[in-house]
Amino acid sequence: MTRYVLGRIGQAVVVLWAAYTLTFAILYLLPSDPMELQLAAAGVQPDSLSAGQVAAIKHQFGLDQPIWLQYWHHLSGLLRGDFGTSLTQQVPVSDLLAQRIGPTLLLSVSAALVSLVAGSALAYLATFTRWTVLTRLPAVGASFPQFFIALFLIQFFSFQLGWFPATGGLVLPVITISVLASSVLAQVLIKSFEETLSQPYVVTARAKGLSRSAVHVRHAFRNAALPAMTILGVIVGLTVTSSIVVETVFTREGVGKLAQEAVLSQDVPVVLAVVTVAAAIFVLVNLVVDLLYPLLDPRIAVSGAAR
Amino acid sequence: MSLVAVRGLDVGYTRHRAVQPAVIGLDLTVDAGEVVAIVGESGSGKTTTANALIGLLPANGRITAGSAVIDGVETAGARERTLRRLRGRVVGLIPQDPMVGLNPTKRIGAQIAEAVRLRGVPAPLVGAEVAHFLEKAGVGEPELRVRQYPHELSGGLRQRVLIAIALAGRPKLIIADEPTSALDVTVQKRILDHLGRLVRDEGISLLIITHDLAVAADRADRIVVMRDGRKVEEASPASLLAAPASPYTRSLLAASGSSSSGSSGSGSSETAFRSSGAAAALPRPPRDVAEPTPSTPDKSEYPQGSAKMPGNVLQLTDVSKTFAVTDKRRGRRGFNALDQVSVAVPRGTTHALVGESGCGKTTTLRIALGLETATSGSVRLDGTEISGLSWNRMRPLRRKAQLVHQDPFATLDPKFTVRQSVTEPLVAFRVGDRRTREARARELLDQVALPTAYLDRRPRELSGGQRQRVAIARALALEPDLIMLDEPVSALDVLVQEQILTLLAELQRALGVSYLFVSHDLSVVTRIAHTVSVMNAGRVVEEGPVADVFAHPASDYTRELIDAVPGRRVRAGRGTPGGRGVPADHCGDPAHRDQPFSVDAADVRRGSGEDRGRVA
Repeated sequence: MTRYVLGRIGQAVVVLWAAYTLTFAILYLLPSDPMELQLAAAGVQPDSLSAGQVAAIKHQFGLDQPIWLQYWHHLSGLLRGDFGTSLTQQVPVSDLLAQRIGPTLLLSVSAALVSLVAGSALAYLATFTRWTVLTRLPAVGASFPQFFIALFLIQFFSFQLGWFPATGGLVLPVITISVLASSVLAQVLIKSFEETLSQPYVVTARAKGLSRSAVHVRHAFRNAALPAMTILGVIVGLTVTSSIVVETVFTREGVGKLAQEAVLSQDVPVVLAVVTVAAAIFVLVNLVVDLLYPLLDPRIAVSGAAR
Repeated sequence: MSLVAVRGLDVGYTRHRAVQPAVIGLDLTVDAGEVVAIVGESGSGKTTTANALIGLLPANGRITAGSAVIDGVETAGARERTLRRLRGRVVGLIPQDPMVGLNPTKRIGAQIAEAVRLRGVPAPLVGAEVAHFLEKAGVGEPELRVRQYPHELSGGLRQRVLIAIALAGRPKLIIADEPTSALDVTVQKRILDHLGRLVRDEGISLLIITHDLAVAADRADRIVVMRDGRKVEEASPASLLAAPASPYTRSLLAASGSSSSGSSGSGSSETAFRSSGAAAALPRPPRDVAEPTPSTPDKSEYPQGSAKMPGNVLQLTDVSKTFAVTDKRRGRRGFNALDQVSVAVPRGTTHALVGESGCGKTTTLRIALGLETATSGSVRLDGTEISGLSWNRMRPLRRKAQLVHQDPFATLDPKFTVRQSVTEPLVAFRVGDRRTREARARELLDQVALPTAYLDRRPRELSGGQRQRVAIARALALEPDLIMLDEPVSALDVLVQEQILTLLAELQRALGVSYLFVSHDLSVVTRIAHTVSVMNAGRVVEEGPVADVFAHPASDYTRELIDAVPGRRVRAGRGTPGGRGVPADHCGDPAHRDQPFSVDAADVRRGSGEDRGRVA
């Protein structure tokens, strides 16, 4: 069991490192000059500086070092919790993140919880009532683009009904994200439920004299949820990535909007930091799911011990 | 009044808005305390009948006409609420496959407790009742078992837990749907014996649903034979066996158990054990090739004569296989899957490997195919040593030995046409071109007696028997010297089994191909094989010509296997009780039967053996 846990944690660390390195490589390949960005942010014309001044500034920010050394400095800084300095705003990236992460976490966590509840409830109802309309609903929900849903919600609930604010509020952004995320979850769960309900042990349970709802709750739900758990990580990842679109549409000052701005202004350290944090959340959720598995499925513990 | 009274019952399944009848005009009664068996092949409507009685038809199935009264309650057209009151408390169900019949994420105790609680038993008493029913079902150490999960139990124990669940509702009728067909033959016998005694002691009626006429004849007071949804015949076992009224029952009877179908009913042990059709046509293996003295089960003293004879297409000598396993309590250690196994297949004949699950017969097969490497010992295929050969060096030799799997539904690629399946080996070994492959495909289909029009069909358009014919054609494509048959007929109906076995015998006579035939079913083995090795716990306990081994078994284990084969009454009905080489009174030996607890020890050993094999 200890080996299983350590192995999974090791895997998570490797995935996180790979995500970071890949992002670093991609951003380094972008055709931009970090020097110019910084100078422009400081209001200095690059042309007004002498070659010696440029070299001095480059040295000051470590931009004259070979790429692998820059990578190493970044990585070791990251391990100490130092994300570097924003090129455009001249403040530590960790300060920017600290400011912005609160609203995004609130949005993501609420959206993930709503999706979990709504998706499970939909799958449960669809398989229990066997209404075809309900089983097809998730496919519809998953096929609308998020910005379309967002604009529709603003148009209807903000402008026409005036129930919720068009900018800054929490309810409409959460609904926007949840429509997609809960649809994806419900699709997988419904499939899994149907598979489970055709299993012979369900017949055994019904032959005992249990009611259909008792069979659904006590026998089908847990077995159906097990395979669907693998996409929990995907769902949480979805709520994080969705925040970029949703925060932009609803003008919420969160990490998603920060990422969007940073990409536009090619603020490499900020983009790198956002991607790393998002990857860390994604990896963490998947790790938690992996570690929960043996607790929920007694069969996993056996193969885990036999490893 | 009868406990079950079915009158003119019609059950249909709605498919594509049309109703396909599955049961037509069935009349059936089961009296209190009576044991009734419904016998039929797949598609006969026997399982549909059982499901209809307990109100558990699939969503697209329903009773279209007639009535089915159980314990005074009409179930045809009844509401779910009414049916639910019958389930468990009036009718208990023992489902078909114990391996998948229990919820894998719930403890055994909780699953039985559910059934107990539904009777309104107060919470403090539930635990004691659960233990009581586990003990009744023959599960030892109930206080330990209740905390276990299904995957921690062997198939036999799981079946006993399912029996405990059925008992826990204190029903008046138990429906057992193929209760033991997924189990080893010795486990099957113990469980059926135990179940029979239980229902008799408790006065519970039993409705056995089975494809096996031999099982029905041994256990039932009355037999109902069904075919294509209709009742063909109904009689007591004695009169059914003595004078079957319908030709269908006669053909079932001929194919069941150790058949001799009356036509060649001589009293000699050999003919009584072999079927008149397929096996009689087989070439007899030369006496000097076969193992002469099947003597002691002790492997160390065992003579190795046959293994050293020339003319063996496959020869395994002293093959051992050790898997490394990690045991929770004892740490890492070796598990001997095979221990000094020697097996020889004389050219042009059929050698059978017989044994129960976990005995090592599949591992032997995999080593002979070069899919698994032996830890020690020698494997010679057509005179070439293959143990230790690399994958690439082994590859040309694979042409010489081909495999036919157990499950005809899984062995063919569903997206391949029959043509693609049959010619795939030719393509893989770059034999011939498009034209010659097409000709070969037609020839192969002709050899397995399928029309050439089937070349463009896909597996789902074929029956189980037809699929197995395609699998055999595919195995023949490269003209191998040896075909390894892994339980090739165990997934098929008895009459289809008979046809496939006949086909295999004809192919052997025409092509001279040798077979290594792995099976747990002794009656099948006696019909197809010339020589046999009986395996138990990774060792060969006995070997020799089939007739000798089964007529005069030298080891206790072989005797136990033979004893467990259902069909006592079928054989007795033919007047050849001694034909099986087993003392007739052995079956009734109480010391041999009343051992539910020692049984479990055996079950557990075997089960954990399977688990270890799988993990490794």
